[in-house]
Amino acid sequence: MKGFEEKAMGVLSAIASLPARAVEPLMVLLQRVLGVGRLPWVFLLPNLTVILFFSVLPILINVLYSVTGSDNLYPSERHFVGLANYATLLECGDYLDPSTCSRDLFWRAVRNALVFVPSQVVVMIGFALVTAIALNRRIHARGFFRGIFFFPVMLSPVVVAMTWVWLLQRDGALNGVLGAFGLDRLSWLSDPARAFKWSIFVTVWAHMGFYTIILLAGLQSIPADIYEAAKMDRASPWRVFSRITLPLLKPVLLVVFILCTIRSVQTFDEIYVLTGGGPGTATKMIVHYIYETGFAVMPRNYGLAAAASLMLGVVLFLFTALQMKLSRKGQDA
Amino acid sequence: MREALTAPGSAWGFLARKRGGIRADWTDYVTYAYLIAGVVVMLAPVLWVVLSSFKGEGNLTQFPPTLLPETIESVTVQGYDRPLSLFRVRRDDGTTVTLAQVRRVGIEAQMVDPAHPEAGRITVPVDRAEPVRKFHIATENYTRLLTSAGGRIWSSIYNTVFITVVATLITLVMNAMAAFALSKYKFRGSNLALLAILATLMVPSTIVLVPIYLIVSELGLVNNLWGVILPVISTPTGVFLLRQYMLTIPDELLEAARMDHASEWRIFWRLILPLSTPALAVVAIFSIMSRWNDFLLPLIVLNKPEVHTLQIALAGYTDENGIQYGMLLAMTTLTALPLALGFIFLQRYITTGIASTGIK
Repeated sequence: MKGFEEKAMGVLSAIASLPARAVEPLMVLLQRVLGVGRLPWVFLLPNLTVILFFSVLPILINVLYSVTGSDNLYPSERHFVGLANYATLLECGDYLDPSTCSRDLFWRAVRNALVFVPSQVVVMIGFALVTAIALNRRIHARGFFRGIFFFPVMLSPVVVAMTWVWLLQRDGALNGVLGAFGLDRLSWLSDPARAFKWSIFVTVWAHMGFYTIILLAGLQSIPADIYEAAKMDRASPWRVFSRITLPLLKPVLLVVFILCTIRSVQTFDEIYVLTGGGPGTATKMIVHYIYETGFAVMPRNYGLAAAASLMLGVVLFLFTALQMKLSRKGQDA
Repeated sequence: MREALTAPGSAWGFLARKRGGIRADWTDYVTYAYLIAGVVVMLAPVLWVVLSSFKGEGNLTQFPPTLLPETIESVTVQGYDRPLSLFRVRRDDGTTVTLAQVRRVGIEAQMVDPAHPEAGRITVPVDRAEPVRKFHIATENYTRLLTSAGGRIWSSIYNTVFITVVATLITLVMNAMAAFALSKYKFRGSNLALLAILATLMVPSTIVLVPIYLIVSELGLVNNLWGVILPVISTPTGVFLLRQYMLTIPDELLEAARMDHASEWRIFWRLILPLSTPALAVVAIFSIMSRWNDFLLPLIVLNKPEVHTLQIALAGYTDENGIQYGMLLAMTTLTALPLALGFIFLQRYITTGIASTGIK
């Protein structure tokens, strides 16, 4: 097994260095012309170029799009409209009632997210924590159980969604199991409330393993002698959990919480395939709105999509900044 | 009684015994109950899809669904060209007899006794007849998927493999180059460069969809596989991981190589790259995973069927009129298969990679 892994890595690195051989003459020339002192910038150039074109420039272009109108993609063909796109998105007769808003779909997506994100994060972290604690105990076949809880993370969002579409369809396995208990068939994804709950469940099912692994690593870094001491004092399992595990796990929990929130706000793929945002608008999320406004619905409204993206970006930025601050604090402690 | 239950050798004793030979308490039973329930919830849906993908058309639409792929048993009866399906028919006196169905008209079916076809047809009410089933693995979903529509699936497979392989190779070389510069040279602006690379973590692709589409289309790469490769080849976490690893490689090795008049580039790919294989393996695994599973960017950039990736083709299946569940399930299984197999072999790398970086 170990031999196989090493061989596989050897082959990988051999293939990876093939293009490297081709550019050697050029790099030798550059080293001679620029000198070793400037060479690092040559090494950094490909990365920085990609970052310039696909991270820095897009932010600037997004700002440009958000303050210009017209359904033309090319910036030169677009006219300045100021903050009109933002005003259109935010225009609402009554913020509690999306149907009074000028872009009611956006507000429905926002409202869905306001319910979806907290529910999903709580359920996700709750299950991930319980699973991590279970996996951290002295159990048999730990590797097997860890693999089982983790493997859905490897599945693509489309595969995950298709799996559950198949299970939840009217003649599907879930209704079959219910039927065995003498219960009626239900349409799980064509009822708004049920579709929303299933969206939460399916995304938790798919991503829980990821957070479990991080929490498990956090649990394993808690020194064992603390638990030994608690055992000497005959502390109850609950007391051990609330007085030792939870406080010592807090930094990791915070990171997991923020990571999970950032991802949750951006949920799109699974739900897009699972319910298509429906029935109606019951499971439409913000990224889905951006996708529809900018790409799927004609005429494409790039300005509105960009404005919505930037507002989402600000929210994500705040969360990320918070995460960085907290993780730095965790390192200092 | 307790001793008997926990006696070594019995299966129960094995489960109840803790690692290290300490006797189990109630928390252990709760733990195992939870873990086993978890195995069912996590594994059953996927196994169900795989099992279903081997079911024939009639078996797929059957309700309640059968656990295993099954088909109705059939026999060739003298005097009939096609094989006839077998049914178990309940007679008035309560006994059952096995008959072959010739045809069905409304709520009645015409059947013959396969042993005595010369006795003529018997008319049976359908609610009296129960098909005779047998275990049968149908591979037709797969063969149809791989051959239908001129084998369109093969172009999706090719596109996905091309994107995954090319993007991963470029990611490895490019990120390793940046990591090399940021770990093995002292130069003005190195911290700034590292910060710039890490700051891109703050720009998830979901919020720059419109501008990325503009840039891709300005480069003439809409409906081109490179259009979904270029935007994603620089991964800040990859650079960071590789840099942290390269910092642990002693600088004396580089000095020795320089003494031998090796060029800086040669030092990079003959010395640093091979020494960084463990970190490269982690970056490669994560890159392969992400590229194989990418959805949103291909969805907006690749609009024509001939450039669709597996994920896009699979998601698009629901839009066609009349979903063919058989092929859909076969395609779902095929799409998930490569990563599932990879996971079995590389689980350790993947989980430690996540645990140490918090990325995927």
